[in-house]
Amino acid sequence: MAAVTLKGVFKSFGSTRVVHGVDIHIEDGEFCVLVGPSGCGKSTLLRMIAGLEEISGGEIEIGGRVVNKVPPKERDIAMVFQNYALYPHMTVFDNMAFSMKLAGESREKMRQRVEVAANILGLMEYLERFPRQLSGGQRQRVAMGRAIVRNPQVFLFDEPLSNLDAKLRVQMRTEIKELHQRLTTTSIYVTHDQIEAMTMADKIVVMNAGKTEQIGSPLDLYDNPANLFVAGFIGSPAMNFLKGKLVRNGAGLQVQMADGSLLPAPETKAQEGHEVVVGVRPEHLLVRSDGVHAEVVVVEPTGADTQIFCKVGGTDVTAVVRERHQFKPGEAIKLYPELTFLFDPSSGTRL
Amino acid sequence: MLPSTVLLLLFLTYPLGLGTWLGFTDAKIGRAGHFVGLDNFIFLYGDAVARLSLFNTLFYTIVASSIKFALGLWLAILLNQNIPLKSFIRAVVLLPFIVPTALSAIAFWWIYDAQFSVVSWALMKMGWIHSYIDFLGDPWMARMSTIIANIWRGVPFVAICLLAGLQTIPPSLYEAAAIDGARPGQQFWYVTLPLLTPIIAVVMTFSVLFTFTDFQLIYVLTRGGPLNATHLMATLSFQRAIPGGSLGEGAALATAMIPFLLAAILFSYFGLQRRAWQQGGSDK
Repeated sequence: MAAVTLKGVFKSFGSTRVVHGVDIHIEDGEFCVLVGPSGCGKSTLLRMIAGLEEISGGEIEIGGRVVNKVPPKERDIAMVFQNYALYPHMTVFDNMAFSMKLAGESREKMRQRVEVAANILGLMEYLERFPRQLSGGQRQRVAMGRAIVRNPQVFLFDEPLSNLDAKLRVQMRTEIKELHQRLTTTSIYVTHDQIEAMTMADKIVVMNAGKTEQIGSPLDLYDNPANLFVAGFIGSPAMNFLKGKLVRNGAGLQVQMADGSLLPAPETKAQEGHEVVVGVRPEHLLVRSDGVHAEVVVVEPTGADTQIFCKVGGTDVTAVVRERHQFKPGEAIKLYPELTFLFDPSSGTRL
Repeated sequence: MLPSTVLLLLFLTYPLGLGTWLGFTDAKIGRAGHFVGLDNFIFLYGDAVARLSLFNTLFYTIVASSIKFALGLWLAILLNQNIPLKSFIRAVVLLPFIVPTALSAIAFWWIYDAQFSVVSWALMKMGWIHSYIDFLGDPWMARMSTIIANIWRGVPFVAICLLAGLQTIPPSLYEAAAIDGARPGQQFWYVTLPLLTPIIAVVMTFSVLFTFTDFQLIYVLTRGGPLNATHLMATLSFQRAIPGGSLGEGAALATAMIPFLLAAILFSYFGLQRRAWQQGGSDK
């Protein structure tokens, strides 16, 4: 097991730079998730750690050793690919034992280690099957088995669940997390799904356009987003954003909306008169007699809670409330935000 | 349904049936034959030239197909890499295959000419040889020369088909293999080759069939000479049947090719093509 450190890592393809100076430190045994929209450079970053992509600049350290020029097989890592990358012409056993076969291990040792991994993953009865004869979830397990057998210092996962259906994805998510708790091997996991990131990670790295936007624990990112991007990316349904202006009155600092209504403002260093973007999570919106004017568009009861989609001065706003409201489309209601975040409209940073 | 069946039967089986039937008769040009049983085959079995043509055909097929496979695979791997002007080069590689055989045969005939050969000329100029090479005059030189011409013509087909096969192998398999510790040679042996076997089986079956039944190239270059050293079964069969007039004998020689061709097809079908991992079923 090992810590992984990235120092000022960047990557260019020709003249286009796709990763701009990324610094990440991942502790030994940590489960780190790289999350971001597609094309943000997260997969490229993972492939650089794996050694499948050349590092254009900066340093990558695994277990205190700089691996920039070390070939993949000597980095002591194992990778689970999005399409599983199982060898179709080999049985499950041979797939899992392939690295040991190349290393010239004895048949006895191969059997022993494959069986340990197969037992953990519940693959014992499939060892003689070919990948084609397995379901998606089983293939996914074989891919993980192949990684476990190598007993690496670091596990790398490249969107491993995106080829599975929704139900299986939730199940495998739990399995991977359980596996990590059991093996405590440092893991780096790439996904575009913020729910996967939130549920699995010890540490989340939010990436956008080749840069890290914020690094922190899941709840830290949720409670304290550093900027508009992170605030909008983490959380589902996504945070609502409304334009307003800071004013000071008898009640202290408040945000005045376009319709004149006043919302509570959090502690901030920003000055009165400052144009701001107010961020409100859907679950912090309450249907009350005060607050901003909203026009109901659709109401979706999910049983446990009710999602209200409405318009506030032309902006789409989603509220998630515990009560079971039955508003008509077009009905005027008032939404009051319990908790707000303030962002600078031009730079997007938190105020 | 019925008309198409009739058409198929007529145009597919009639020529084939007639050819086979002729092999069992003593038909000559201008004379309808009588059924003579296996007489033609027994005669051919004892005929030294026919036996030589069988040897020539097997030698020609085995040597040319093996080299076509090796060169084709090598070329396919080269073309599968990221090289500038990729599609242009791929198109150029196909040229020998597109040119009519008779045309390329004439070109080779000129290259192999005893007096005007450009190869001999070049080697002389470089001082490697002291007299012109008699490419098509010596039996073994003629065999090798025709084989080289056949290889030149056949490699593009093999290369392009194998290239298509290579492109179906997902790059992530090589990445996984690299992480698993496979060197390039091992990646080729454990990943590329096994995944390519189905395509190899199909391509090589076709290649063997084309080579075994080759006619045009030999007929333009040597007409079977010198001393029947390059006569293949196909050329000898034509020689006996049409210029020689013995339709029955020629047909019998052509019919004698069928078991070899069937054997090649069955070998590739059972030996190479069927793989349990492709089926998803239970057979191994």
